[in-house]
Amino acid sequence: MSEVVSRLQPHFATEQQQYETSTFGMWVFLVTEVMFFGGLFTAYLIYRLQYPQAFINASHHLDITLGCFNTVVLIGSSLTMAMAVHSARVEKSKMIAFWIAMTMVLGSIFLGVKAIEYTQKWEHGLFPANFFLQAADAGQQRIFYSLYFAMTGLHATHMVIGMGIMVYIAVQALRGAYTARWYTPVEIMGLYWHFVDLVWIFLFPLLYLLGRHH
Amino acid sequence: MSSHAYDPSATLRAYFMVFGMLMVFTALTVAVAFMDLGAMNNVAAIGIAVAKAVMVMAIFMHVRGSSNLIYFCIFGSLFFLSLMFYFPLIDVLTRNLLGIPGK
Repeated sequence: MSEVVSRLQPHFATEQQQYETSTFGMWVFLVTEVMFFGGLFTAYLIYRLQYPQAFINASHHLDITLGCFNTVVLIGSSLTMAMAVHSARVEKSKMIAFWIAMTMVLGSIFLGVKAIEYTQKWEHGLFPANFFLQAADAGQQRIFYSLYFAMTGLHATHMVIGMGIMVYIAVQALRGAYTARWYTPVEIMGLYWHFVDLVWIFLFPLLYLLGRHH
Repeated sequence: MSSHAYDPSATLRAYFMVFGMLMVFTALTVAVAFMDLGAMNNVAAIGIAVAKAVMVMAIFMHVRGSSNLIYFCIFGSLFFLSLMFYFPLIDVLTRNLLGIPGK
């Protein structure tokens, strides 16, 4: 047990109030993130309604095995992130760093697989700026791939940023900055990472699975 | 820091239960995608994704047992997200409804 140092700031009445204010602030940020990704989901919805068959045809070029593998990896990284928060609550600083490191390993695997997928799409001429698919509805499929790269690209960017913040949190954890009374940064880091997982939970069926039965 | 006493074993059980359920639902959504259910394919895909999202939020993001303010954030964002979906649809889904050019 580290010595009990109150992290209570003077403008809060209790540590509980301070904690709830911090998490509420993070949730408000996540609301803006929902609207940020929401714009892309809206574009997807509108174009899919306009060109349903082209979207199905375009989706068939995606590798469902890699997509499925990445889904499992990312959900696994959500579990390791939850374990990091748990370690903070039971005051095991080294375990916080360990679970954050595990989360980063899984996040790196996800991004590595994404890099392989992007390379394949580029080589197959499916990248919107390098599009040479021979098909009657090639122009409409290109819209699908514009959305695919914008949505997964924005998602991957969020992961890179998250993993950058994780390095800082892990170092702070090893320095013993977090106690069972004050582990707010770990919790907030967790909220961010789970949000990234949530976005993928919707991206996976919308991009990879539509029209698989055709 | 929660207002309730922290129960490590119950928390870990919930985390692993949710992880297992998320794996099952991922397998389910892939399996359903290969079946031809017509329009129900979309309903199933979104329905399973929503179920997974609820589990992640409730347990991993600790929404269960959190203050009403957090619920307000979630339902508020869902409300405005739905507005963002609905308003373009009012245009797109009603085009050429009257069979008159431009109406």
